[in-house]
Amino acid sequence: MKAIANTLLAGLLVILLGACGSVPLRGTGDLGLVIERASGHVTLVNTSTRSAYGRIGGLGDLSHASVVYSRDARYAFIFGRDGGLSKIDLLEGRIVKRVIQSGNAIGGSISQDGRIVVAQNYSPGGIKAFDSETLELLSEVPAEFEPGRYSKVVGLADVPGNKFAYALFDGGEIWISDFSDPKRPLTTRYPAGLQPYDGLITPDGRHYLAGLFGEDGIALIDLWQPEKGARKILENYGRGEEKLPVFKMPHLRGWSVAAGRAWLPAIGRHEVLVADASTWKETGRVAVKGQPVFVMASPDGRQIWVNFAFPDNGWVQVIDTLSGKIVQTLAPGRAVLHMEFTPRGEAVWLSARDDNRVVIYDTKTFAKLGSLAADAPSGIFFSSRAARIGF
Amino acid sequence: MNILALPFLFLAGSAIAIAEPSPARQKELVHLVRQDCGSCHGMTLQGGLGPALLPATLAGKPVEGLVATIIGGRPGTPMPPWHRFLAEDEAQWIVMKLMAGFPQ
Ligand code: HEC
Repeated sequence: MKAIANTLLAGLLVILLGACGSVPLRGTGDLGLVIERASGHVTLVNTSTRSAYGRIGGLGDLSHASVVYSRDARYAFIFGRDGGLSKIDLLEGRIVKRVIQSGNAIGGSISQDGRIVVAQNYSPGGIKAFDSETLELLSEVPAEFEPGRYSKVVGLADVPGNKFAYALFDGGEIWISDFSDPKRPLTTRYPAGLQPYDGLITPDGRHYLAGLFGEDGIALIDLWQPEKGARKILENYGRGEEKLPVFKMPHLRGWSVAAGRAWLPAIGRHEVLVADASTWKETGRVAVKGQPVFVMASPDGRQIWVNFAFPDNGWVQVIDTLSGKIVQTLAPGRAVLHMEFTPRGEAVWLSARDDNRVVIYDTKTFAKLGSLAADAPSGIFFSSRAARIGF
Repeated sequence: MNILALPFLFLAGSAIAIAEPSPARQKELVHLVRQDCGSCHGMTLQGGLGPALLPATLAGKPVEGLVATIIGGRPGTPMPPWHRFLAEDEAQWIVMKLMAGFPQ
Protein backbone atom coordinates (compact mmCIF):
# COMPACT_ATOMS: atom_id res chain seq x y z
CA MET A 1 0.00 0.00 0.00
CA LYS A 2 3.06 2.25 0.06
CA ALA A 3 2.43 3.53 -3.44
CA ILE A 4 -1.17 4.34 -2.68
CA ALA A 5 -0.15 6.26 0.42
CA ASN A 6 2.01 8.28 -1.93
CA THR A 7 -0.89 9.45 -3.99
CA LEU A 8 -2.33 12.72 -2.95
CA LEU A 9 -5.89 11.61 -2.85
CA ALA A 10 -5.10 8.48 -0.99
CA GLY A 11 -8.03 9.07 1.32
CA LEU A 12 -10.51 9.08 -1.52
CA LEU A 13 -8.96 6.02 -3.03
CA VAL A 14 -9.20 4.15 0.23
CA ILE A 15 -12.89 4.97 0.39
CA LEU A 16 -13.24 3.58 -3.10
CA LEU A 17 -11.31 0.48 -2.22
CA GLY A 18 -13.48 -0.08 0.79
CA ALA A 19 -10.70 -1.46 2.92
CA CYS A 20 -7.03 -0.67 2.80
CA GLY A 21 -4.92 -3.49 1.45
CA SER A 22 -7.38 -5.07 -0.92
CA VAL A 23 -8.17 -4.24 -4.50
CA PRO A 24 -11.92 -4.10 -4.96
CA LEU A 25 -13.68 -6.50 -7.25
CA ARG A 26 -14.67 -4.08 -9.93
CA GLY A 27 -14.17 -3.55 -13.64
CA THR A 28 -12.36 -0.61 -15.18
CA GLY A 29 -14.76 0.14 -18.03
CA ASP A 30 -15.89 3.45 -16.58
CA LEU A 31 -12.46 4.63 -15.43
CA GLY A 32 -9.90 6.85 -17.06
CA LEU A 33 -7.35 9.52 -16.40
CA VAL A 34 -6.67 13.18 -16.97
CA ILE A 35 -3.17 14.46 -17.72
CA GLU A 36 -2.12 17.46 -15.65
CA ARG A 37 0.53 18.70 -17.95
CA ALA A 38 2.28 21.31 -15.87
CA SER A 39 2.92 19.29 -12.77
CA GLY A 40 3.58 15.78 -14.06
CA HIS A 41 0.50 14.32 -12.41
CA VAL A 42 -2.48 12.35 -13.61
CA THR A 43 -5.87 12.42 -11.94
CA LEU A 44 -7.76 9.14 -12.02
CA VAL A 45 -11.44 9.55 -12.82
CA ASN A 46 -14.67 7.61 -12.78
CA THR A 47 -17.12 8.49 -15.55
CA SER A 48 -20.12 6.94 -13.77
CA THR A 49 -19.80 9.05 -10.65
CA ARG A 50 -18.21 11.91 -12.60
CA SER A 51 -15.53 12.30 -9.99
CA ALA A 52 -11.83 11.88 -9.32
CA TYR A 53 -10.71 8.95 -7.21
CA GLY A 54 -6.97 9.29 -7.17
CA ARG A 55 -3.96 11.28 -8.25
CA ILE A 56 -0.49 10.08 -9.18
CA GLY A 57 2.65 12.24 -9.44
CA GLY A 58 6.24 11.78 -10.49
CA LEU A 59 5.48 11.27 -14.15
CA GLY A 60 7.90 13.82 -15.62
CA ASP A 61 7.10 16.27 -18.43
CA LEU A 62 3.55 15.49 -19.49
CA SER A 63 3.06 18.25 -22.04
CA HIS A 64 1.59 16.54 -25.08
CA ALA A 65 1.39 13.28 -23.16
CA SER A 66 -0.82 10.54 -24.55
CA VAL A 67 -2.14 7.30 -23.19
CA VAL A 68 -3.06 3.83 -24.42
CA TYR A 69 -4.63 1.01 -22.44
CA SER A 70 -3.79 -2.64 -21.96
CA ARG A 71 -6.33 -5.00 -23.50
CA ASP A 72 -7.79 -5.80 -20.08
CA ALA A 73 -8.27 -2.03 -19.67
CA ARG A 74 -6.63 -2.12 -16.25
CA TYR A 75 -3.29 -0.56 -17.10
CA ALA A 76 -2.63 2.78 -18.71
CA PHE A 77 0.61 3.39 -20.60
CA ILE A 78 1.53 7.05 -20.49
CA PHE A 79 3.97 8.46 -23.02
CA GLY A 80 5.52 11.69 -21.72
CA ARG A 81 7.23 14.40 -23.68
CA ASP A 82 10.52 13.71 -21.93
CA GLY A 83 10.56 10.13 -23.24
CA GLY A 84 9.15 8.66 -20.04
CA LEU A 85 6.93 5.59 -20.47
CA SER A 86 4.90 4.84 -17.35
CA LYS A 87 2.56 1.94 -16.71
CA ILE A 88 -0.22 2.76 -14.29
CA ASP A 89 -2.64 0.46 -12.52
CA LEU A 90 -6.08 2.09 -12.56
CA LEU A 91 -7.35 -0.10 -9.75
CA GLU A 92 -4.49 0.22 -7.31
CA GLY A 93 -3.89 3.80 -8.36
CA ARG A 94 -0.13 3.49 -8.64
CA ILE A 95 2.79 3.42 -11.03
CA VAL A 96 3.64 -0.19 -11.77
CA LYS A 97 6.70 0.51 -13.89
CA ARG A 98 8.40 3.50 -15.43
CA VAL A 99 11.25 3.74 -17.95
CA ILE A 100 12.85 6.64 -19.80
CA GLN A 101 12.84 5.34 -23.32
CA SER A 102 14.06 8.31 -25.38
CA GLY A 103 14.90 11.97 -25.23
CA ASN A 104 11.75 13.37 -26.76
CA ALA A 105 8.59 11.39 -27.36
CA ILE A 106 5.25 12.24 -28.87
CA GLY A 107 2.95 9.31 -28.22
CA GLY A 108 2.45 5.62 -28.59
CA SER A 109 0.22 2.73 -29.42
CA ILE A 110 -0.45 -0.87 -28.42
CA SER A 111 -0.51 -3.96 -30.63
CA GLN A 112 -3.58 -5.94 -31.61
CA ASP A 113 -2.63 -8.79 -29.27
CA GLY A 114 -1.83 -6.34 -26.46
CA ARG A 115 1.70 -7.62 -26.00
CA ILE A 116 3.70 -4.80 -27.56
CA VAL A 117 3.63 -1.14 -26.62
CA VAL A 118 5.27 1.10 -29.18
CA ALA A 119 6.49 4.64 -28.57
CA GLN A 120 7.02 7.20 -31.33
CA ASN A 121 9.89 9.58 -30.88
CA TYR A 122 10.98 12.93 -32.21
CA SER A 123 14.58 12.60 -31.15
CA PRO A 124 16.19 10.36 -31.91
CA GLY A 125 13.47 9.92 -34.53
CA GLY A 126 11.97 6.48 -34.76
CA ILE A 127 9.80 3.99 -32.94
CA LYS A 128 10.62 1.63 -30.09
CA ALA A 129 8.75 -1.52 -29.11
CA PHE A 130 8.39 -2.66 -25.51
CA ASP A 131 7.00 -5.71 -23.82
CA SER A 132 3.70 -4.48 -22.35
CA GLU A 133 4.17 -6.69 -19.29
CA THR A 134 7.68 -5.67 -18.30
CA LEU A 135 8.39 -2.55 -20.41
CA GLU A 136 11.55 -4.24 -21.61
CA LEU A 137 12.83 -2.97 -24.95
CA LEU A 138 12.13 -5.50 -27.70
CA SER A 139 13.30 -3.70 -30.81
CA GLU A 140 13.44 -0.35 -32.51
CA VAL A 141 13.06 1.11 -35.98
CA PRO A 142 15.11 4.28 -36.45
CA ALA A 143 13.41 6.67 -38.86
CA GLU A 144 16.49 7.02 -41.04
CA PHE A 145 14.90 8.03 -44.31
CA GLU A 146 18.18 8.87 -46.00
CA PRO A 147 21.62 7.75 -44.91
CA GLY A 148 22.39 9.71 -41.75
CA ARG A 149 19.08 11.65 -41.75
CA TYR A 150 16.47 10.85 -39.12
CA SER A 151 12.90 12.06 -39.17
CA LYS A 152 10.52 13.01 -36.41
CA VAL A 153 7.83 10.34 -36.26
CA VAL A 154 4.13 11.28 -36.06
CA GLY A 155 0.77 9.59 -36.36
CA LEU A 156 1.60 6.18 -34.91
CA ALA A 157 -1.41 3.85 -35.01
CA ASP A 158 -1.81 0.12 -34.48
CA VAL A 159 -2.81 -1.93 -37.51
CA PRO A 160 -4.39 -5.39 -37.31
CA GLY A 161 -1.76 -8.11 -37.53
CA ASN A 162 0.57 -6.62 -34.90
CA LYS A 163 1.62 -3.93 -37.32
CA PHE A 164 2.01 -0.23 -36.75
CA ALA A 165 1.65 2.58 -39.26
CA TYR A 166 3.31 5.96 -38.79
CA ALA A 167 4.49 8.94 -40.77
CA LEU A 168 7.81 10.72 -41.08
CA PHE A 169 7.46 14.50 -40.80
CA ASP A 170 10.89 15.22 -42.27
CA GLY A 171 11.00 12.21 -44.57
CA GLY A 172 7.58 12.67 -46.20
CA GLU A 173 6.82 8.95 -46.00
CA ILE A 174 4.43 6.53 -44.35
CA TRP A 175 6.07 3.47 -42.83
CA ILE A 176 4.38 0.25 -41.81
CA SER A 177 6.31 -1.99 -39.45
CA ASP A 178 5.24 -5.58 -38.93
CA PHE A 179 6.01 -6.84 -35.43
CA SER A 180 4.85 -10.43 -35.98
CA ASP A 181 8.31 -11.23 -34.69
CA PRO A 182 8.58 -8.50 -32.04
CA LYS A 183 12.37 -8.58 -32.02
CA ARG A 184 12.71 -8.39 -35.78
CA PRO A 185 10.23 -5.91 -37.20
CA LEU A 186 9.87 -5.69 -40.97
CA THR A 187 9.26 -2.23 -42.36
CA THR A 188 7.73 -1.16 -45.67
CA ARG A 189 8.03 2.46 -46.83
CA TYR A 190 5.53 4.47 -48.88
CA PRO A 191 6.06 7.98 -50.28
CA ALA A 192 3.31 10.16 -48.79
CA GLY A 193 3.80 13.89 -49.42
CA LEU A 194 5.22 16.99 -47.80
CA GLN A 195 5.50 17.13 -44.01
CA PRO A 196 2.94 14.67 -42.66
CA TYR A 197 1.97 16.08 -39.24
CA ASP A 198 -0.25 13.31 -37.84
CA GLY A 199 -2.09 10.17 -38.87
CA LEU A 200 -5.07 8.02 -38.12
CA ILE A 201 -6.50 4.65 -38.86
CA THR A 202 -10.18 4.21 -39.62
CA PRO A 203 -12.13 2.35 -36.92
CA ASP A 204 -12.25 -0.82 -39.06
CA GLY A 205 -8.48 -0.82 -39.36
CA ARG A 206 -8.58 -0.63 -43.14
CA HIS A 207 -7.34 2.83 -44.09
CA TYR A 208 -4.41 4.86 -42.79
CA LEU A 209 -4.56 8.60 -43.40
CA ALA A 210 -1.70 11.03 -42.89
CA GLY A 211 -2.50 14.75 -42.83
CA LEU A 212 0.02 16.87 -44.71
CA PHE A 213 1.26 20.22 -43.50
CA GLY A 214 3.46 21.08 -46.47
CA GLU A 215 0.77 20.65 -49.11
CA ASP A 216 -3.01 20.64 -49.37
CA GLY A 217 -4.19 17.09 -49.10
CA ILE A 218 -4.16 13.91 -47.12
CA ALA A 219 -2.20 10.76 -47.92
CA LEU A 220 -4.26 7.56 -47.81
CA ILE A 221 -3.21 3.91 -47.78
CA ASP A 222 -5.64 1.02 -48.12
CA LEU A 223 -4.11 -1.41 -45.62
CA TRP A 224 -5.99 -4.28 -47.20
CA GLN A 225 -4.07 -3.57 -50.42
CA PRO A 226 -0.92 -1.80 -49.28
CA GLU A 227 0.91 -2.80 -52.45
CA LYS A 228 -1.12 -0.09 -54.21
CA GLY A 229 0.78 2.50 -52.17
CA ALA A 230 -0.35 5.85 -50.82
CA ARG A 231 -2.58 8.14 -52.81
CA LYS A 232 -3.69 11.66 -52.13
CA ILE A 233 -7.22 12.70 -51.25
CA LEU A 234 -8.76 16.14 -50.72
CA GLU A 235 -5.99 17.49 -52.92
CA ASN A 236 -5.77 21.22 -53.39
CA TYR A 237 -8.47 21.88 -50.79
CA GLY A 238 -6.93 25.30 -50.22
CA ARG A 239 -7.63 26.19 -53.87
CA GLY A 240 -4.33 28.06 -53.99
CA GLU A 241 -5.52 30.65 -51.49
CA GLU A 242 -3.10 31.93 -48.90
CA LYS A 243 -3.09 29.86 -45.74
CA LEU A 244 -4.01 31.29 -42.37
CA PRO A 245 -1.34 30.83 -39.72
CA VAL A 246 -1.57 27.61 -37.70
CA PHE A 247 -0.75 28.29 -34.05
CA LYS A 248 -1.17 24.69 -33.04
CA MET A 249 -0.95 21.52 -35.09
CA PRO A 250 -4.20 19.61 -35.50
CA HIS A 251 -4.46 16.07 -34.19
CA LEU A 252 -5.88 13.11 -36.05
CA ARG A 253 -7.20 9.90 -34.54
CA GLY A 254 -9.56 7.15 -35.54
CA TRP A 255 -12.65 8.91 -34.27
CA SER A 256 -12.85 11.04 -37.41
CA VAL A 257 -15.14 8.68 -39.25
CA ALA A 258 -18.89 9.07 -38.70
CA ALA A 259 -22.03 8.59 -40.73
CA GLY A 260 -20.05 7.10 -43.63
CA ARG A 261 -17.84 10.12 -43.95
CA ALA A 262 -14.44 11.26 -42.70
CA TRP A 263 -14.33 14.62 -40.89
CA LEU A 264 -10.90 16.13 -41.00
CA PRO A 265 -9.27 19.40 -39.95
CA ALA A 266 -8.06 21.62 -42.79
CA ILE A 267 -4.62 23.17 -42.33
CA GLY A 268 -4.51 26.96 -42.55
CA ARG A 269 -8.25 27.21 -43.15
CA HIS A 270 -11.00 27.51 -40.60
CA GLU A 271 -12.83 24.51 -41.99
CA VAL A 272 -13.61 20.90 -41.32
CA LEU A 273 -13.24 18.91 -44.54
CA VAL A 274 -15.71 16.12 -45.22
CA ALA A 275 -14.97 13.16 -47.48
CA ASP A 276 -17.01 10.08 -48.37
CA ALA A 277 -15.36 7.20 -46.50
CA SER A 278 -15.70 4.77 -49.41
CA THR A 279 -14.81 6.89 -52.44
CA TRP A 280 -12.69 9.39 -50.44
CA LYS A 281 -14.08 12.23 -52.58
CA GLU A 282 -14.81 15.54 -50.92
CA THR A 283 -18.51 15.83 -50.09
CA GLY A 284 -18.49 19.14 -48.25
CA ARG A 285 -16.89 21.48 -45.77
CA VAL A 286 -18.04 23.09 -42.59
CA ALA A 287 -16.88 26.61 -41.74
CA VAL A 288 -15.84 26.77 -38.09
CA LYS A 289 -14.56 29.34 -35.62
CA GLY A 290 -10.84 28.75 -35.92
CA GLN A 291 -8.09 26.33 -36.89
CA PRO A 292 -9.53 22.94 -35.85
CA VAL A 293 -7.30 20.83 -33.60
CA PHE A 294 -9.43 17.82 -32.60
CA VAL A 295 -12.34 16.82 -34.83
CA MET A 296 -13.98 14.00 -32.89
CA ALA A 297 -17.04 11.94 -33.66
CA SER A 298 -19.28 10.85 -30.82
CA PRO A 299 -19.38 7.05 -30.43
CA ASP A 300 -22.69 6.85 -32.33
CA GLY A 301 -21.37 9.10 -35.08
CA ARG A 302 -24.22 11.56 -34.81
CA GLN A 303 -22.10 14.50 -33.65
CA ILE A 304 -18.67 15.90 -34.38
CA TRP A 305 -17.09 18.01 -31.67
CA VAL A 306 -14.37 20.43 -32.71
CA ASN A 307 -11.90 22.43 -30.64
CA PHE A 308 -9.47 25.03 -31.91
CA ALA A 309 -5.90 26.31 -31.92
CA PHE A 310 -4.80 29.48 -30.14
CA PRO A 311 -6.28 32.13 -30.11
CA ASP A 312 -9.71 30.51 -30.60
CA ASN A 313 -9.14 27.80 -28.03
CA GLY A 314 -11.93 28.98 -25.75
CA TRP A 315 -14.57 27.68 -28.19
CA VAL A 316 -15.95 24.29 -28.99
CA GLN A 317 -18.38 23.66 -31.84
CA VAL A 318 -20.66 20.72 -32.49
CA ILE A 319 -21.57 19.57 -36.00
CA ASP A 320 -24.64 17.43 -36.60
CA THR A 321 -23.52 14.75 -39.06
CA LEU A 322 -26.98 14.35 -40.58
CA SER A 323 -27.38 17.97 -41.63
CA GLY A 324 -23.66 18.78 -41.82
CA LYS A 325 -24.40 21.98 -39.89
CA ILE A 326 -23.09 23.44 -36.66
CA VAL A 327 -25.77 22.94 -34.03
CA GLN A 328 -24.00 24.28 -30.97
CA THR A 329 -21.19 26.66 -30.05
CA LEU A 330 -19.92 26.39 -26.49
CA ALA A 331 -17.43 28.32 -24.38
CA PRO A 332 -16.45 25.65 -21.83
CA GLY A 333 -13.47 27.56 -20.44
CA ARG A 334 -10.07 29.01 -21.25
CA ALA A 335 -7.72 26.98 -23.46
CA VAL A 336 -9.79 23.87 -24.20
CA LEU A 337 -7.11 21.35 -25.13
CA HIS A 338 -8.87 18.05 -25.38
CA MET A 339 -12.21 16.22 -25.34
CA GLU A 340 -13.18 12.64 -24.58
CA PHE A 341 -16.55 10.94 -24.89
CA THR A 342 -17.79 8.51 -22.29
CA PRO A 343 -17.82 4.99 -23.75
CA ARG A 344 -21.29 5.28 -25.28
CA GLY A 345 -21.27 9.02 -25.66
CA GLU A 346 -23.95 10.36 -23.34
CA ALA A 347 -21.42 12.84 -22.02
CA VAL A 348 -18.22 14.50 -23.12
CA TRP A 349 -15.39 15.64 -20.86
CA LEU A 350 -13.36 18.69 -21.87
CA SER A 351 -10.15 20.03 -20.37
CA ALA A 352 -9.91 23.80 -19.87
CA ARG A 353 -6.21 24.22 -19.20
CA ASP A 354 -6.15 27.85 -18.11
CA ASP A 355 -9.16 27.43 -15.83
CA ASN A 356 -7.60 24.36 -14.18
CA ARG A 357 -10.85 22.47 -14.76
CA VAL A 358 -12.30 19.52 -16.53
CA VAL A 359 -15.86 20.32 -17.62
CA ILE A 360 -18.50 17.70 -18.40
CA TYR A 361 -21.34 18.25 -20.87
CA ASP A 362 -24.44 16.27 -21.75
CA THR A 363 -24.18 15.55 -25.48
CA LYS A 364 -27.95 15.58 -25.98
CA THR A 365 -28.99 18.73 -24.13
CA PHE A 366 -25.55 20.45 -24.09
CA ALA A 367 -26.19 21.14 -20.40
CA LYS A 368 -23.16 21.30 -18.16
CA LEU A 369 -23.23 18.24 -15.93
CA GLY A 370 -20.34 19.07 -13.66
CA SER A 371 -16.70 19.91 -13.39
CA LEU A 372 -13.54 18.69 -11.68
CA ALA A 373 -10.48 20.58 -10.52
CA ALA A 374 -7.22 19.63 -12.25
CA ASP A 375 -3.86 21.38 -12.56
CA ALA A 376 -3.56 22.63 -16.18
CA PRO A 377 -5.38 19.59 -17.61
CA SER A 378 -4.60 18.48 -21.15
CA GLY A 379 -5.40 15.00 -22.44
CA ILE A 380 -8.36 13.02 -21.12
CA PHE A 381 -8.20 9.27 -21.78
CA PHE A 382 -10.89 6.77 -20.88
CA SER A 383 -10.27 3.03 -20.66
CA SER A 384 -12.77 2.38 -23.47
CA ARG A 385 -9.83 3.12 -25.78
CA ALA A 386 -8.50 -0.33 -24.84
CA ALA A 387 -10.78 -2.07 -27.32
CA ARG A 388 -10.31 0.28 -30.26
CA ILE A 389 -8.19 -0.35 -33.34
CA GLY A 390 -5.73 2.42 -34.05
CA PHE A 391 -4.92 3.42 -30.47
CA MET B 1 16.32 46.64 -18.24
CA ASN B 2 17.52 43.18 -17.48
CA ILE B 3 21.26 43.06 -16.82
CA LEU B 4 21.63 39.72 -18.54
CA ALA B 5 19.92 41.06 -21.57
CA LEU B 6 22.32 43.90 -22.20
CA PRO B 7 25.18 41.97 -23.80
CA PHE B 8 22.79 40.39 -26.29
CA LEU B 9 21.41 43.73 -27.30
CA PHE B 10 24.89 45.00 -27.90
CA LEU B 11 25.80 41.82 -29.73
CA ALA B 12 22.90 42.33 -32.03
CA GLY B 13 24.27 45.77 -32.74
CA SER B 14 21.25 47.55 -31.37
CA ALA B 15 21.95 49.29 -28.11
CA ILE B 16 18.51 50.88 -28.09
CA ALA B 17 16.93 50.30 -24.73
CA ILE B 18 13.76 48.29 -25.25
CA ALA B 19 10.79 48.89 -23.05
CA GLU B 20 10.61 46.11 -20.49
CA PRO B 21 7.06 44.68 -20.46
CA SER B 22 5.07 45.41 -17.30
CA PRO B 23 5.19 42.68 -14.65
CA ALA B 24 1.62 41.65 -15.50
CA ARG B 25 2.48 41.43 -19.19
CA GLN B 26 5.66 39.51 -18.41
CA LYS B 27 3.54 36.94 -16.64
CA GLU B 28 1.31 36.62 -19.69
CA LEU B 29 4.32 36.28 -21.98
CA VAL B 30 5.83 33.54 -19.83
CA HIS B 31 2.51 31.72 -19.89
CA LEU B 32 2.25 32.12 -23.67
CA VAL B 33 5.74 30.80 -24.28
CA ARG B 34 5.47 27.84 -21.91
CA GLN B 35 1.96 26.84 -22.96
CA ASP B 36 1.35 27.95 -26.52
CA CYS B 37 4.84 28.04 -27.96
CA GLY B 38 5.27 24.92 -25.86
CA SER B 39 2.78 23.02 -27.99
CA CYS B 40 5.50 22.83 -30.64
CA HIS B 41 8.71 23.60 -28.73
CA GLY B 42 7.78 21.62 -25.60
CA MET B 43 6.68 23.11 -22.30
CA THR B 44 10.23 22.74 -21.03
CA LEU B 45 11.39 24.22 -24.36
CA GLN B 46 13.48 21.16 -25.07
CA GLY B 47 11.99 20.80 -28.51
CA GLY B 48 9.17 18.97 -30.20
CA LEU B 49 7.99 19.57 -33.72
CA GLY B 50 9.95 22.82 -33.40
CA PRO B 51 13.58 22.94 -32.23
CA ALA B 52 14.69 23.37 -28.61
CA LEU B 53 14.70 26.98 -27.42
CA LEU B 54 17.29 26.59 -24.67
CA PRO B 55 20.27 28.85 -23.93
CA ALA B 56 22.65 26.22 -25.30
CA THR B 57 20.75 25.77 -28.57
CA LEU B 58 20.24 29.49 -29.16
CA ALA B 59 23.75 30.57 -28.14
CA GLY B 60 25.53 32.47 -30.87
CA LYS B 61 22.40 33.00 -33.00
CA PRO B 62 21.71 36.63 -33.86
CA VAL B 63 18.97 38.06 -31.65
CA GLU B 64 17.46 40.00 -34.52
CA GLY B 65 17.04 36.89 -36.61
CA LEU B 66 15.27 35.09 -33.80
CA VAL B 67 13.02 38.09 -33.16
CA ALA B 68 12.20 38.22 -36.87
CA THR B 69 11.37 34.49 -36.77
CA ILE B 70 8.93 35.04 -33.91
CA ILE B 71 7.29 38.09 -35.42
CA GLY B 72 7.17 36.91 -39.02
CA GLY B 73 7.27 33.13 -38.71
CA ARG B 74 9.22 30.92 -41.12
CA PRO B 75 7.26 30.27 -44.29
CA GLY B 76 7.40 26.66 -45.43
CA THR B 77 7.78 25.44 -41.84
CA PRO B 78 5.18 25.14 -39.06
CA MET B 79 6.63 28.21 -37.27
CA PRO B 80 3.76 30.72 -37.50
CA PRO B 81 4.02 34.53 -37.34
CA TRP B 82 3.12 35.99 -33.95
CA HIS B 83 2.88 39.70 -34.84
CA ARG B 84 -0.85 39.74 -34.08
CA PHE B 85 -0.12 38.87 -30.47
CA LEU B 86 3.39 40.14 -29.80
CA ALA B 87 4.96 43.55 -30.28
CA GLU B 88 8.55 43.54 -31.47
CA ASP B 89 9.75 44.68 -28.02
CA GLU B 90 7.96 41.75 -26.46
CA ALA B 91 9.45 39.28 -28.93
CA GLN B 92 12.86 40.72 -28.12
CA TRP B 93 12.22 40.32 -24.41
CA ILE B 94 11.20 36.70 -25.04
CA VAL B 95 14.36 36.00 -27.05
CA MET B 96 16.57 37.50 -24.36
CA LYS B 97 14.83 35.48 -21.69
CA LEU B 98 15.12 32.33 -23.80
CA MET B 99 18.84 32.92 -24.26
CA ALA B 100 19.35 33.49 -20.56
CA GLY B 101 17.17 30.59 -19.38
CA PHE B 102 13.43 31.07 -19.53
CA PRO B 103 11.52 31.77 -16.28
CA GLN B 104 9.03 29.15 -15.03
C1 HEC C 1 2.87 25.25 -34.71
C2 HEC C 1 4.19 24.98 -34.19
C3 HEC C 1 4.98 26.13 -33.58
C4 HEC C 1 4.55 27.03 -32.64
C5 HEC C 1 3.19 27.10 -31.96
C6 HEC C 1 5.69 27.88 -32.37
N1 HEC C 1 6.76 27.49 -33.10
FE1 HEC C 1 8.61 28.37 -33.10
N2 HEC C 1 9.22 27.07 -34.56
C7 HEC C 1 8.48 26.03 -35.04
C8 HEC C 1 9.29 25.30 -36.00
C9 HEC C 1 8.86 24.05 -36.77
C10 HEC C 1 10.53 25.96 -36.08
C11 HEC C 1 11.73 25.59 -36.95
C12 HEC C 1 11.57 26.26 -38.29
C13 HEC C 1 12.66 25.83 -39.26
O1 HEC C 1 12.63 24.66 -39.65
O2 HEC C 1 13.48 26.68 -39.59
C14 HEC C 1 10.45 27.08 -35.15
C15 HEC C 1 11.49 27.99 -34.92
C16 HEC C 1 11.49 28.93 -33.91
C17 HEC C 1 12.61 29.76 -33.57
C18 HEC C 1 13.97 29.75 -34.25
C19 HEC C 1 14.86 28.79 -33.52
C20 HEC C 1 16.24 28.69 -34.10
O3 HEC C 1 17.06 28.01 -33.47
O4 HEC C 1 16.48 29.23 -35.18
C21 HEC C 1 12.23 30.54 -32.52
C22 HEC C 1 13.09 31.56 -31.78
C23 HEC C 1 10.87 30.20 -32.22
N3 HEC C 1 10.45 29.22 -33.08
C24 HEC C 1 10.15 30.77 -31.20
C25 HEC C 1 8.79 30.53 -30.98
C26 HEC C 1 8.00 31.26 -30.03
C27 HEC C 1 8.53 32.34 -29.09
C28 HEC C 1 6.75 30.77 -30.13
C29 HEC C 1 5.50 31.24 -29.39
C30 HEC C 1 5.23 32.65 -29.36
C31 HEC C 1 6.75 29.71 -31.13
N4 HEC C 1 8.02 29.60 -31.63
C32 HEC C 1 5.66 28.93 -31.47
C33 HEC C 1 7.18 25.71 -34.71
C34 HEC C 1 6.38 26.41 -33.85
